[in-house]
Amino acid sequence: MRGILAQGAVLVGKGPKGPTSVGGGWFLAVAAVLFTIGIVGLLLRRNVLVMFMCIELMLNAVNLTFVTFARMLNDIGGQVVVFFIMVVAAAEVVVGLGIVVSIFRRRKIGATADSAVLLKG
Amino acid sequence: MLSFIWIVPALPLFGFVVLLLLGKRIGEPLSGWLATAMVGGSFLTAVAVFTDLASKSAEERAYTKVLWSWLPSLGVDVALLVNPLSMTMVMFVTGIATLIHVFAIGYMHGDLRFPRFFTYLNLFVFSMLMLVLADNFVLMFLGWEGVGACSYLLISFWFERPSAASAGKKAFVVNRIGDFGLMGAMFLIFNQTGSLQYHAVFRSIETNGIAKSTATAICLLLFVGACGKSAQLPLYVWLPDAMEGPTPVSALIHAATMVTAGVYLMVRVHPLLELAPGVLTIIAWVGALTALFAATIATAQDDIKRVLAYSTISQLGYMFLAVGVGGNVAAIFHMVTHAFFKALMFLAAGSVIHGMHGVVADEQNMKWMGNLKKWMPFTTGTFLMGWVAIAGVPPFAGFWSKDEILLDAYQHNKALWVVGLVTALLTAYYMTRQIVLVFFGKERFGGAAHGHGDENHGHDAGGHSPHESPVLMLLPLAVLAGLSIVGGLINQPFGGKGLASKLERWLDESFIPGTKMHAFVGEHASVASGTKLTLAIIATLCGLAGIALGASQWLRRTTPAAQAQLEIPLLKRAYGVDALYSTIIEKPGRKLSEFLAFVVDRRVIDGAVNGMATLVRGGGTQLRRLQNGYVRSSALGIAGGLVALLVWALVRTAL
Amino acid sequence: MVDWIVFLAGTLIALSGAIGVVTLPNPVHAALSLVLTLFGVAVLFVAQAAHFLAIVQIIVYAGAVVVLFLFVIMLLGVDRTESDLATEPLRGQRPAAAVIGVAALGLLLALSQVHLTIGATSTAGAADGPGTNVEKIADSVFTRYVFAFEITSVLLVIAVVGAVLLARKPRLQSAELTG
Repeated sequence: MRGILAQGAVLVGKGPKGPTSVGGGWFLAVAAVLFTIGIVGLLLRRNVLVMFMCIELMLNAVNLTFVTFARMLNDIGGQVVVFFIMVVAAAEVVVGLGIVVSIFRRRKIGATADSAVLLKG
Repeated sequence: MLSFIWIVPALPLFGFVVLLLLGKRIGEPLSGWLATAMVGGSFLTAVAVFTDLASKSAEERAYTKVLWSWLPSLGVDVALLVNPLSMTMVMFVTGIATLIHVFAIGYMHGDLRFPRFFTYLNLFVFSMLMLVLADNFVLMFLGWEGVGACSYLLISFWFERPSAASAGKKAFVVNRIGDFGLMGAMFLIFNQTGSLQYHAVFRSIETNGIAKSTATAICLLLFVGACGKSAQLPLYVWLPDAMEGPTPVSALIHAATMVTAGVYLMVRVHPLLELAPGVLTIIAWVGALTALFAATIATAQDDIKRVLAYSTISQLGYMFLAVGVGGNVAAIFHMVTHAFFKALMFLAAGSVIHGMHGVVADEQNMKWMGNLKKWMPFTTGTFLMGWVAIAGVPPFAGFWSKDEILLDAYQHNKALWVVGLVTALLTAYYMTRQIVLVFFGKERFGGAAHGHGDENHGHDAGGHSPHESPVLMLLPLAVLAGLSIVGGLINQPFGGKGLASKLERWLDESFIPGTKMHAFVGEHASVASGTKLTLAIIATLCGLAGIALGASQWLRRTTPAAQAQLEIPLLKRAYGVDALYSTIIEKPGRKLSEFLAFVVDRRVIDGAVNGMATLVRGGGTQLRRLQNGYVRSSALGIAGGLVALLVWALVRTAL
Repeated sequence: MVDWIVFLAGTLIALSGAIGVVTLPNPVHAALSLVLTLFGVAVLFVAQAAHFLAIVQIIVYAGAVVVLFLFVIMLLGVDRTESDLATEPLRGQRPAAAVIGVAALGLLLALSQVHLTIGATSTAGAADGPGTNVEKIADSVFTRYVFAFEITSVLLVIAVVGAVLLARKPRLQSAELTG
C-alpha cells in the first residue's frame, strides 16, 4: 500500500516534474480516436442530451490535442487556449441546455432531435 | 413651275393621311370626293409642270427637285426628277386615276368600308407617283414596294371572301419574287458605280465603262423585277386572281398603272440595256411569248374580268416586246393607249357587273349575259370604243401604237413580228367573242340563272332586269372612250414636226445631263414609208380577220350547249400553270413548313426548352431532399465538410 | 515505463468512457460515462505536465457541466429511454456515419504524422523550465491574453442571463403575448 502511494506521489507531485517520455504522436492518436467517436456518436444518437455529450467529447479531444502540442512545441500558449476553450464550452453548454429545455419542455416521451422538423423543405 | 413638282405626290399623300385619320368620320361620299380632289389637283399641277417642261429646249429637259438629303452613303436624296418620261407617266397616271376615283364613288356606293377604299387608293397614287418621279433607285424602290403593298390591300379589300384574301397574298408573294431580283440589281449597280442615282449611274457607266457580264447580270435582275410587277412569264399568275378586287382597283392598278411600272423601269434604264444586247433579246422573246400565251388563254375564259386580265398580260407582253427590240417610244406609246382603252373596258365591265347585280347569281360570268345593248346602251357604246381600239382597227388609238410595235419588231427579227401578228389576231378574236357574249345575241339571264337566297342579294329571286349605271360612273367612261378614239394622235408615224409624232420627238430628244447619251431612245434605222404602209395593212387585216372569226363563231352560238362546243379545257384551265406551281413549289414548301413547325419547332426547340425546365425541376426535387428538416442530416453534412477539409489539409501539406 | 502505464491507463479510461457515451441507451448512464472520459483526459493532461488544466477539467467539466447535464435530463425526463440505437429513421445515416468515421480517423492520424511547422518560435513563453505550471499559465493569461480573459468573463455573464431567460416557465411568456 505504501509503495503504491509512494508511486502515486511520484506520479503526482514528488516525482520528476515535466512531461512524460511517451511521444506526442501517441497522445495525438488518442485525441483523434476520441474525436472520431464523438463525431460518430453525434451522427447516430437521437437523444438531444447525448448528442450534446458527444460534442463535449469532441471538445475534450481538441483540448488534449492542444495540450500535446503545447508540450511538443514547448509553448504555454497551447494550455492557455485550452483554458479559454473550457470557459467557452461551459458557457455554450449553459446556453445550449437552456435552449433544449425551452424546446423540449412540453414533450415528455419521444423528445428527440428528430422532432424539430419544421424546417422541412 | 417646275419646282412645284413636289405638289404632285404631296396631294395624294395628304389625302391619304387625312382619310386615314378622319375617314370614318368624313364618311361617304365626302371621303371619295376628297380623294378625287387630291388626285385631280395632282393632275392639274402635272399639266402645268408638263407645259413648262415642254417649253424648254431639248437639252434643258431634265430638272431635279431635291426635297431633302436622305442617304449620303448611297448617294441618294429624296429628289424628284422631271423629265419627259416621268412627266408622260405622271400625266396619264394622275389623269386616269382621277377618272377612276370618280367612277369609284359611284361603284363603291353603299360599301361599309367606303372611306377606307379611298384611303388606299390615294396611298396607291402617291406610291405610283413616287415610283415614277424618283430620281434614284432607292426612292423608286420605295414607290415600287408601296404599290405592291397597296395592290395587296386593295385586292383583298373584301377580305371576308377567302378567295379575295388569298388572291391578295398571292399577288404580294409573286411580286416579292420580282422585288428580290430588283434588289439584287440595285446591289450590283451600287457595287459597280458607287451610286444609286440614275444620272450618276449613267455618267459613271459612260466614263468608266462596265463589264458586259455585269451589265447582263444587272439587266437580267432588273427584268426579273419587271416581270414580277408587270406579270410576264412566269410571274404572271397573280394578275388573273387579282380580279377579286373591286373593279376600279382592277382598272387602275392592274390595267393602267402598277403593271406598267415594269415597262417604265426598263425604259428608264435604257442606257444600261443597250450595253447588254443578250438581255434585250430575252426581254423581247419573253414579252412576245407572254403575249401569245395569255391571248390563247383569254379566248377560253368565261369571267368578264378574267378575259380583260389575260388581255392585259398579253398587251404588257407587247410592251416588253417593244422594249426588247429597241422601240422604247412604241412601248411608251402603247402603254398610254393601252391605259386608255383597258381602263375604259374595265370600268365598263364594272358598269356591266353593277348593272347585273341582283339579276343573276354570278354577275361576272359572261355565260349569263347577252344582249345587254338593249338594257345598257351607254355602257355598250363605250365598251365598243375600247374594243375597236384594242383590236387594232384604224384610226383608233390601239392601231397606231400596236402598229408601231410591230414595225419595230419587223425591223429586228421577223419571227417576233409573226408572233406579234398572230397575237393581234387572237386579241381581236377574243375581244370580239367577249362583246358578242355580253352585249349581243340572245339574253341568257332569265330562267335558271337566278340566284335564290344568295347572300349577295338582299332581294327575292325574280325578274330583275339589268340596268344602266348612274351618271357618276358613266362620265369617266365617256372621257376614256374619247381618249381611246383620239389617243393615237400623240404619235403619228408620218414624220414631220407637227403635233403628230410628238411623243417620239418628246422622248427622243431628251438626254441625260452630263452625258451624251439619249435618255430613252436608241439609234434606229428609219424605214421606208412604203414598207410602213404595207406592214400597217397586214396588221389591220389580221385584226379584221380576228373580228370576223369571232363574230361568225359566236353570234350564232346562243345556247350554253352550243358555246360548249368551242371550249378547250386546257385553255380554260390556263394550261394548268397554277396547279403546276402548286405542285412544284407550294407542296414541297408546305411540307418543309410542316416539318419545321411540327418537328423542329415543337419537338426539338420546345423539347429543349421544356427539357431544360424539366431538368431544373428534377434537379430541384432531388436537391429538396437535402432539406428534410432533420438536424442530424445537417450534422452529416457538416461532418462531410470536415472530412473534405481534412483531405485538403493533408493534400496541401503532403504535396 | 511508468509513463507508459500511465498513458495506457488514461487512454483506456478515456476511450471506454467515450464508447459508453455513444452506446449506452440510458442518458444518465451516458452522462456517467462522460465523467469517466473526462477523468481519463485529466490523467493524460497530468502526464503532459498540464497540472492546472487537469484540475480545472475535473472541477469545471466533470463537476459542473456534467451535473448540469444530469439536472436537465431529470428535468425533461428523457431518462425514460426508447432505445434510439435500435432503429434509424434517416436512410443512409448509418453508412454515411461509418464512412465519415473511418475517413476522419484515418485522416487525422495521417495528419498527426505530418509535420506542419511554420518555423515560428515560442511566443507565449516556454512550457517547461522553472516555475510551476500555474504560474506560467497565469503569467500568459493576465498579461498577454488579458483582454480575452475579460471577454470570456463577459461571455459567462451573458450565458447566465441567456440561460435564465430561456429556461423561464412558458406561462409567463404566453401571458405576455396575449395580454
